Amino acid sequence: MRYRVFITRKEGLADPEGATTGAALRDLGFDEIHGVHFGRIITLDVADGTSWGQIEEMCRKLLANPVIEEYTIEEA
Amino acid sequence: MRVAVVVFPGTNCEHDVVHALSLLGADPELVWHRDEDLADAAGVILPGGFAHGDYLRTGAIARFSPVMQAVEDMAAKGRSVLGICNGFQILCEAGLLPGAMVANRDLSFICRPVDLEVTSTKSILTATATVGDLLHIPLNSYEGNFIAPPADVKALESDHRVVLRYHGENPNGSTNAIAGITNERGNVAGLMPHPERATEPVLGSTDGRVLLESFVASLASVPA
Repeated sequence: MRYRVFITRKEGLADPEGATTGAALRDLGFDEIHGVHFGRIITLDVADGTSWGQIEEMCRKLLANPVIEEYTIEEA
Repeated sequence: MRVAVVVFPGTNCEHDVVHALSLLGADPELVWHRDEDLADAAGVILPGGFAHGDYLRTGAIARFSPVMQAVEDMAAKGRSVLGICNGFQILCEAGLLPGAMVANRDLSFICRPVDLEVTSTKSILTATATVGDLLHIPLNSYEGNFIAPPADVKALESDHRVVLRYHGENPNGSTNAIAGITNERGNVAGLMPHPERATEPVLGSTDGRVLLESFVASLASVPA
């Protein structure tokens, strides 16, 4: 089975990649842009029956840095 | 006094650190990241580089290297623990220091000397310096932009645990121009610039000496 984990910077903390990309979009005339937020998607292939809780533990321990990041999990 | 200088796969500043410590009369020894026993070391330095390729996040994988349990034990005992550049990032990931490092504000790799101001002497990194000292030391990083939740920043500031700040221009957008911090006890410290690269006149600056001298001096009084 497969899970997908989405990891994003906590709101309000600096996101230089997002800020730079947002500025580039505005330079291209996309004036409607208010914010761009970067993150990463990690796809996990795991044994059948692997629980949501085990994926959460992986996020807490390694995949996300709880100091600056948030995560959401979906079964893919 | 023995100082363990940890080598992770991808560390690349360990020999510079060993050379600088030797100049200052310390007894440095390289330690592989799989070593689990640092028992008789009075202090440990995590040098700069790209431990485990900086994959996932800088320091994210290195913090689980076997040696890190020993580093945590040394920190808990009050021995001296210093992280330089990538080593600072590892200490943050390990939770031994607050905050985290993200990409530089301008998304450029910065490799040049910068000016730092000593803003607190309550740490193993700055104890023999003087508040207000200006130091000219190389910075060499892409992810040197220190960020932390507002409460953590506030605590660092009110406890005088920001020990070094960029002076004049803030090169990487670091929160409050923070370049180096320490823990509450003052025995764990990290900084992004490289003091070991400013220890001899031939290198263009000797301003890094006072920081490494502070570290070496701290070894004489660490708990057993």
